[in-house]
Amino acid sequence: MRAGMIVLVAALSAVLVAPAGAKTVTVMMDNVAYVPVNISARVGDVIEWKNVDLVAHTATARDKSFDITILPNKTRTLTLKKAGEFDYYCKFHPNMTGHISVKP
Amino acid sequence: MMLKLFAAAFAAVLLIGGAADAQGTNSGAKLNDAQIAHIAYTAGLADIANARQALKKSKNKDIRAFAQEMLRDHKAVNDKALALVKKLKVTPQNNDTSKAIAKGQADKRAELAKLKGKAFDKAYADNEVAYHKTVNSALESTLIPSATNPELKSLLETGLKIFQGHEQHAEHVAAEFK
Repeated sequence: MRAGMIVLVAALSAVLVAPAGAKTVTVMMDNVAYVPVNISARVGDVIEWKNVDLVAHTATARDKSFDITILPNKTRTLTLKKAGEFDYYCKFHPNMTGHISVKP
Repeated sequence: MMLKLFAAAFAAVLLIGGAADAQGTNSGAKLNDAQIAHIAYTAGLADIANARQALKKSKNKDIRAFAQEMLRDHKAVNDKALALVKKLKVTPQNNDTSKAIAKGQADKRAELAKLKGKAFDKAYADNEVAYHKTVNSALESTLIPSATNPELKSLLETGLKIFQGHEQHAEHVAAEFK
């Protein structure tokens, strides 16, 4: 049963990360804001945060499913693993908020 | 109480800044860019000194993380401000508002130096909320509108957004000690 589940997950992953569909969505961290604020993507896509601000920022999910710190002039990425609606914010500057809508 | 007094004194100094200028060496009826740059830089330095005190005295994880963030962010903004005044060939000019800020926060640190443990943590967090509120309101109502150089104005606007973030973060930290 357990082995079957693993095979199923592996098969699904193979379909979901198929190179044909995967894309990279860039979000700038500029002037204490995520630009664009709202993005849509699919499972397997990559979100790339580019911090062009003076100060470090984070991309921290309200549901704690991700928490990434991005230093000034650095870029960090996250591969989307599950579908859902994710509100996120900067832990250092909570006035900075964004949203990712992830479709299966 | 002390916080309110300080905030009131700071606001009063900003409001009467123009009047003082008229009798001083400046012909303008409001703060000039050299004074504004000095005020913004001094406000950053004061918060860096507050953060250093917190890192020396506090063992609380959230207080320490917040203080590290204040050190890092205010240094980044002040470094940018220094580079800008150098580029613009402006010499920051000391003034009554800068003096009131530096003295107000130095007095606060002397008061906080007597506290320990949770009492210190709470007082530091409360002061960070009040201080960021005061500085942000001064930036919004006086310093940004008075700045004439577009690059200085833009740096102050970015600074305001960063410091508004600090104000919210400080509120979250302070809420733990209620």
